[in-house]
Amino acid sequence: MTFEAFLFYFFSVVLVGSAVAVITVRNPVHAALFLVLAFVATAAHWIMLEAEFLGILLVLVYVGAVMVLFLFVVMMLDINMSRIREGFMKLLPVGIVVAVGMMVVMAMVVGAQVFQVEPPVPASADYSNTEALGQLLYTEYVYPFEIAAVILLVAIIAAIVLTLRKRPDTRYLDPAKQIQIRREDRVRMVKMESEKK
Amino acid sequence: MQQAMIQFWEGLPLIVQINLKIMAILTPLMLAVAYTTFAERKIIGYMQVRVGPNRVGPRGWLQPIADALKLLTKEVVIPTNANRYLFLIAPVLAIAPALAAWAVVPFDDGMVLADINAGLLFLLALTSMGVYGIIIAGWASNSRYALLGSMRSAAQIISYEIAMGFALVGVIMAAGSLNVGEIVMAQQGSVYHWFLLPLFPLFLVYFISGVAETNRAPFDVAEGESEIVAGFHVEYSGMAFAVFFLAEYANMILISALTALLFLGGWLSPFEGILPESAFAIPVLGWLLDSGIHWFLIKTAFFLFLFLWFRATFPRYRYDHIMRLGWKVLIPVTIVWLFVAGVAVAIGVGPWFA
Amino acid sequence: MGTAIRQFFKTFLLWELLLGMKLTGRHLFERKITVQYPDETTPISPRFRGLHALRRYPNGEERCIACKLCEAVCPALAITIESEQRDDGTRRTTRYDIDLFKCIYCGFCEEACPVDSIVETHIQHYHFENRGEQIMTKDKLLAIGDKYEKEIAAARAVDAPYR
Repeated sequence: MTFEAFLFYFFSVVLVGSAVAVITVRNPVHAALFLVLAFVATAAHWIMLEAEFLGILLVLVYVGAVMVLFLFVVMMLDINMSRIREGFMKLLPVGIVVAVGMMVVMAMVVGAQVFQVEPPVPASADYSNTEALGQLLYTEYVYPFEIAAVILLVAIIAAIVLTLRKRPDTRYLDPAKQIQIRREDRVRMVKMESEKK
Repeated sequence: MQQAMIQFWEGLPLIVQINLKIMAILTPLMLAVAYTTFAERKIIGYMQVRVGPNRVGPRGWLQPIADALKLLTKEVVIPTNANRYLFLIAPVLAIAPALAAWAVVPFDDGMVLADINAGLLFLLALTSMGVYGIIIAGWASNSRYALLGSMRSAAQIISYEIAMGFALVGVIMAAGSLNVGEIVMAQQGSVYHWFLLPLFPLFLVYFISGVAETNRAPFDVAEGESEIVAGFHVEYSGMAFAVFFLAEYANMILISALTALLFLGGWLSPFEGILPESAFAIPVLGWLLDSGIHWFLIKTAFFLFLFLWFRATFPRYRYDHIMRLGWKVLIPVTIVWLFVAGVAVAIGVGPWFA
Repeated sequence: MGTAIRQFFKTFLLWELLLGMKLTGRHLFERKITVQYPDETTPISPRFRGLHALRRYPNGEERCIACKLCEAVCPALAITIESEQRDDGTRRTTRYDIDLFKCIYCGFCEEACPVDSIVETHIQHYHFENRGEQIMTKDKLLAIGDKYEKEIAAARAVDAPYR
């Protein structure tokens, strides 16, 4: 077994193990942390496929930002697991049907040929994965790329608009107004004669 | 002799070579971390008209070693209701990214452990992973103060990472590369070629968010001694506590080094292109004036000093002010300057974007 | 409008922050005022109120006449005195205890003493290692007085014009 193969199997075991753990552990914080581990293992796989840009981006965006926010929320919430587990047996048949359906669809789309590909040809040293991706994104796929960007922008604005509300009864200090205070507005220097002895 | 040394080196197995290189980076780094704590206490002391630690060893120079010994011999207390494994793994998660990031930091031309293409992205990804140590520490401690500290820190680091990333985009645009070594070489020429001048607002934003990212004063709400005792590391003692401190100082040194590399031309000498070529031929002085690792160290030390100076000068930010500064000031500034830089790159304003 | 523009530039050039850093930067090079305590000490006033002592007359006779004024004036009730008549007809103490845990070092005993017997000296470095050691008995107090008589007398002489 070569070193690459060892790494592949190592990260595969970590990936599959943590992915299973995400849905089996009881503690939601542990589940989120296992998801982080799954992301890191996936990133390692991508880097071994010489897609180092995508791999690092996965760590940067999902591990570094998305999952931190996720953990943030999960830690703050007091999730009652027994409530969530209610009706597990009743919904199990539906779940199994959905899971089998998903597997069938994925097998049809991905097919067997993906699992039997040759390992990628090692690129030459001066080949930059990042540059190739950029070339492709900004030439061939420029419209889908821009459309995706606009959709994301709309989503950001929608999220802000949906959650932005000013409750009249909260006592809120505007930091912007606070820092515009100047000394001249607040302090008056008074010159006084000193008292005679 | 030299020949024999090279032969011996190449005779070593690859794994030994890599480990020796890692040690060559980490040993001076750990020493630097230890003496940064000493420098911090001394400098802040001096700014408060005190003399700082001066009892252990001549003029206090053995103080960091005494501190390390003390912490090593202390017990690591694990709270009864803490989550044992996460509690112990949190300091490791805090320090691992801080050390791993040094793999792609070039100290001199070609003097780098891993010369990878996406070096800058790698750095950004690792600095963003450092927050896990803090979050997990806060949650696993099962303490209210620790949880508050880690929540504050998570929100703060996420917010400032965006500004930091945008500031780096400006550098990438100017240099046309993600490789840190190539970014430094793009600043070659003279002092006026450094990215400090054309990207000055981005430089400020980068350094300010760097201070926020490392949870240093005035952005140290995650620790906030006067508000939430010690924040995320209240429950930690002994070596586990020390590891958090090592991580914090290693991150400080990393941010300083990156600021020097990205905006101040790393190992490039400021006299380059100003003094005549003959000046660099003078025996010792010429070597000092010429580009080299010493310039990189001097620049890093300067930014490190700024970290300490900030801590001695500014009071802690209030939490809503931190959020406002990150989202409403730093991010708009970077976006505006990215546009300016984009225009400058498009029309090729010299000498930086030509 | 003019002030708004000035405010804008002041904010974005970090003017106020630079002013603050100038201040701390200046102090970095200032002469340090730290007193290296065990090696150096600050001067002690002749009125300093430290450890207590009982004084003697130059002929070796103890000054204390057991008038119990100090016991009466002591706000912390730290002084306990017992007395009896000696063979030569004078009244002297048989017991003179000061509990240093109770004592608040106000100096009233010294003020009250008609014969300048009980005094508070300049001694500030002392400690107790066992329970009970904080009770300063008559012997201990007299011993301190004998040992530091010169300093005690000098301090009283310097302060005398102001009393």
